[in-house]
Amino acid sequence: MIYGLLFWEFFKIGLFAIGGGMVTIPFLFDLTKKYNWFNAEELTNMIAVSQSTPGPVGVNMATYAGFQTAGVGGGIIATFGLVLPSVIIVILVSKLLSHYKNNLWVTEIMAAIRPAVVALILLAGFELFKLSVIDWVSAAFALVFFLMVYFFKKSPIFYIILSAILGILLRL
Amino acid sequence: MVELGKIFVSFFKIGLFTFGGGYAMMPLFRQELIEKRKYITEDELIDYYSIGQCTPGVIAVNVATFTGYKIQKVLGAIVATLAIVLPSLLIIMALAGILNTLSDNQIVAHAFAGIRVGVIALILKEVIVLFKKAVATKFQISLFFVVLFLLFCIHLSAITVVLLAACAGFIKRFGDK
Repeated sequence: MIYGLLFWEFFKIGLFAIGGGMVTIPFLFDLTKKYNWFNAEELTNMIAVSQSTPGPVGVNMATYAGFQTAGVGGGIIATFGLVLPSVIIVILVSKLLSHYKNNLWVTEIMAAIRPAVVALILLAGFELFKLSVIDWVSAAFALVFFLMVYFFKKSPIFYIILSAILGILLRL
Repeated sequence: MVELGKIFVSFFKIGLFTFGGGYAMMPLFRQELIEKRKYITEDELIDYYSIGQCTPGVIAVNVATFTGYKIQKVLGAIVATLAIVLPSLLIIMALAGILNTLSDNQIVAHAFAGIRVGVIALILKEVIVLFKKAVATKFQISLFFVVLFLLFCIHLSAITVVLLAACAGFIKRFGDK
């Protein structure tokens, strides 16, 4: 029974949280009031943990919340429920898009949206900057690291591992 | 079948090595899907992000579903989605018990702080690459700065600015006709 309820609640979150992982947070806080699955303090920990483990934050939070509520089965069910609505919708949109790909209205509108998305990504970087660059050491690290990333073409995975090692060495 | 296996490996890797999700995943999407496997083009990646911004759900998952569908239709979409989600499932559930104490550990905290700074550099590089590609015409350049202004000064939501940009494109096409 708990599985059915978990699936339903996370399916609804997946359906209504438009705009990405962090948008699921207010919905998760609603769950703390509605059920006694987890409380607000546990949720805050979950958010912190979800941001520092690999993978999309929204997925991590669903897995964690589901697991906290009903063990391994709960983790799987909540994740599945969260992802299902977007999979169905994206497949439908894909079908439409490949049909209208060469329509001039569609290409013109997509060409106008692209600069907006580039601005959104810049904003995401800026938000992260405000959060993580807190002193001279981290500012210098960010600058040197950016120059490395820009001039030496290595895999992002290489840079992520390197930045973890540097974080430990510099005691960030 | 071999193709599906490759899709699975690509997205599993992306899910395993990105911290923060969403835009932080873009450098990995680029490396794996555009440069290495040549599954999609630069423009397609941005388009998936734009649409993923306006469709429900986690953006990184939406991008995975889009790409999977492009390569192998519905089956590809399902495999890509499962693969990008699987590392989260395995890691969170394996670590759930010790995770709260883990984030109190000093060495782990330093490592994550380092990763957060590193990701900023990766995102900034991404912005430069995308800017060169997607912000070409005068119209697009002015749109970019207008959106930037709206985001920083009026704090409009992502979905609002994407819809506004879409309206701008619609009006421009209407005017051109």
